[in-house]
Amino acid sequence: MSAEIQASFCLPRGDFRLDVDLRLPGHGISALFGHSGSGKTTCLRAMAGLERAAQGYFAIGNEVWQDEAQGYFLPPHQRALGMVFQEASLFAHLSVRRNMEYGQKRVLKSAPASERRFALPEVAELLGIAHLLERSTRQLSGGERQRVAIARALLAAPKILLLDEPLAALDLKRKLEILPYLERLHGELSIPVIYVSHSPDEVARLADHLVLLEQGRVVASGPLNQVLSRIDLPAAFVDDAGVVIEARIAEHERDELTRLEFPGGPIYVSRRQEPTGTLLRCRIHARDVSLTLVPQVQSSILNCVSGTVLDLAPTNTPGHVLVRLDVAGCPLLARITRRSADKLGIRHGLALWAQIKAVALLG
Amino acid sequence: MESTAYSQDLAAVWLTLKLASIVTVLLLIVGTPIAWWLARTRSAYKGVIGAVVALPLVLPPTVLGFYLLVAMGPNGPVGQLTQSLGLGILPFTFTGLVIASVFYSLPFVVQPIQNAFEAIGERPLEVAATLRASPWDAFWSVAVPLARPGFLSGAILGFAHTVGEFGIVLMIGGNIPGKTRVVSVQIYDHVEALEYTEAHWLAGGMLLFSFSVLLALYTLNPSRRKAL
Repeated sequence: MSAEIQASFCLPRGDFRLDVDLRLPGHGISALFGHSGSGKTTCLRAMAGLERAAQGYFAIGNEVWQDEAQGYFLPPHQRALGMVFQEASLFAHLSVRRNMEYGQKRVLKSAPASERRFALPEVAELLGIAHLLERSTRQLSGGERQRVAIARALLAAPKILLLDEPLAALDLKRKLEILPYLERLHGELSIPVIYVSHSPDEVARLADHLVLLEQGRVVASGPLNQVLSRIDLPAAFVDDAGVVIEARIAEHERDELTRLEFPGGPIYVSRRQEPTGTLLRCRIHARDVSLTLVPQVQSSILNCVSGTVLDLAPTNTPGHVLVRLDVAGCPLLARITRRSADKLGIRHGLALWAQIKAVALLG
Repeated sequence: MESTAYSQDLAAVWLTLKLASIVTVLLLIVGTPIAWWLARTRSAYKGVIGAVVALPLVLPPTVLGFYLLVAMGPNGPVGQLTQSLGLGILPFTFTGLVIASVFYSLPFVVQPIQNAFEAIGERPLEVAATLRASPWDAFWSVAVPLARPGFLSGAILGFAHTVGEFGIVLMIGGNIPGKTRVVSVQIYDHVEALEYTEAHWLAGGMLLFSFSVLLALYTLNPSRRKAL
């Protein structure tokens, strides 16, 4: 199940116009990221068939769901998809179990046994809701409701899972409660997931592939770090510029620090609970990286890696530039002043040291 | 004499209940698709149809009764149709009374159901669609159960309003014992004949009935009070 997803929609809505042409990988989590009004939810609804684009094409592998050039449009209820909305939208007149069975029963009627991928107890276990099955939906917390909604979508044997800001309506505590389950899905699902979000942290933590949307258009689309490390993105995305690196926990050291290792060298963070060997995603903001020509030994900043300059570009803040480095094959962004860039003589191929002031651990 | 009046009262009560039950069932069948359409359409005709359905709320029953009488009469379009089908003429029959009552009580059933459908919104139906439910399936498995309070209000109001009608019964049904003489007309007859005791029994019964209906509506279904 790694067939490529093709989605191209042209959908005018009053002043707004969604105009996208996307190729997304047939596995892993693809995030549609953009600010509100960028068209990410509309794009997801078009994939589900809840909005019909007059010019549209949507296919997973060789299974075509919409091809307006041929006048073909498969209505949503005939598409093998699972969708989770921003608010859980559980059916209030059904128990948790009956909610979960709603799609499953309908699939059993129409689809051959080979298309069933999940059993109810299995999915309930995966999402940690096995103890809630006989409850009424009114007795659930926001996080539980979303997990039930995800389970319900999975039980409908989808070939693609569409998540429309599933965490947006939850407070931070509930978000942290549900994120591990999403990561588990990431590990255990063989189907592609399209994840709509306006939260850079969620995207950095979960996504493999990133699509940036602005005013209904695709600004960038590609593997997560390839997009994150681009320095030519529109102003709206530059403030949050930063890369994501995957690092493995190497050692918990005596002085309450944990040493992570990534190809560029060690990174020290406050002590973590996870055992050594665990792979963690860390986000490094461009604004937290400073550059120096010689390694600083007399500095309070612990994390210092060596790299070479790939290129640089102006930012939307006058006087600042964004520098892209190559650190042992990993991209790294640094946001520094133009004056510093001139002083250091930043140019392609220059070898230097990057001091990392802060590392945000994502998982 | 006494027993005749008593049996006539009973016949009127029986006829009223039969009329209201049949009309309520028909109203649910006719009113539900209208309510569904009104709740979800973006058509320009929504206002017009909504106004037509609501007309009986403001029209004197005699006006509605008059037009129905004309339409169903021997020279009216409906009358011509029923005659050509060999059904005869509908005014002053029980069937005619049922048809007139359906028109007259329509808004009382359509509006609560329409409000309930509107309150559900688009989202649960979209969710159902993404879970492989066809629109017809989603209507029965999601919209109707979620709109249950609206159906309950509509059925109770439709039934009670039919029981309480008077003007339209006189216009369409006349006053034929056992065929079209319902309780409200029977009370009128008693009062005309100065039989106040008999009038009291029936009127008191109606009062008690109406109060019970409203009490049930308000206590079982407090969130739907606005349906009235």
